[in-house]
Amino acid sequence: MADPMRIRAVSKDGVVNVKMLMSHEMETGLRKDSSGKPVPAHFIQSVSVTWQGKVVLSAQWGPAVSKNPFLEFNFKGGKKGDKVEVTWTDNKGEKRTDEATIN
Amino acid sequence: MVQTRRDVLRAGGGASVLALLAAVGLVMPGAALAADWNKRAFEGKTLSDAFKGLGAGVPANSADIIMRAPDIAENGAVVPIGIESKIPGTESIALLIEKNPNPLAAAFDIPAGTETMVSMRVKMGETSSVYALVKANGKYYVAKKEIKVTLGGCGA
Repeated sequence: MADPMRIRAVSKDGVVNVKMLMSHEMETGLRKDSSGKPVPAHFIQSVSVTWQGKVVLSAQWGPAVSKNPFLEFNFKGGKKGDKVEVTWTDNKGEKRTDEATIN
Repeated sequence: MVQTRRDVLRAGGGASVLALLAAVGLVMPGAALAADWNKRAFEGKTLSDAFKGLGAGVPANSADIIMRAPDIAENGAVVPIGIESKIPGTESIALLIEKNPNPLAAAFDIPAGTETMVSMRVKMGETSSVYALVKANGKYYVAKKEIKVTLGGCGA
């Protein structure tokens, strides 16, 4: 199982700024290891962020997203104390969900 | 041997299912796991393939898309890029790197209530034009920026 994400959600003037850092290799499938064998692709394909059961951002990613992906965006309506939930799914079907409380 | 229609269908059906499974398994294990992943767009090898896969065709240039990115990226493995769309009715934002093996890097759906701006970090194999593609009211718009890469991000 992958390591937890680091998620920070801060509310200011009715807008919530969400920053997250996921822990993932984001292997492209194009690299070769020291013995010359290709390293199989392993990368996050979809990310979804929800607040009160409503999707506030959804993304599809390819392997060009950097290792240990960073993502930042803003949404309206969230209040301090609300929870923001982030889920990613990778190309091997692994999943991880973490949540953060809005500050 | 008398072959009924049913037998033929059964045999044919079984074989094609197996072939399909093998093909899927060989090409990309787990492709079925993220069913909504736009395989065609992400595996497109040219910019126009990726645009087609996204349904964008030939997008119109727009000055209302702002890309925040360095002119020169010292490390191609981590290039910070922010995209903001000032086009009303923006529904989605995608990031494409022309000279990467597969240009499409990321595609975001922006629901109402979410600001039309995302920031992220991507890999770039070499110096390339980077495109921000925005879908607004069913139409596609694009903005372009050249980013020079000193050290490629593919062997890193």
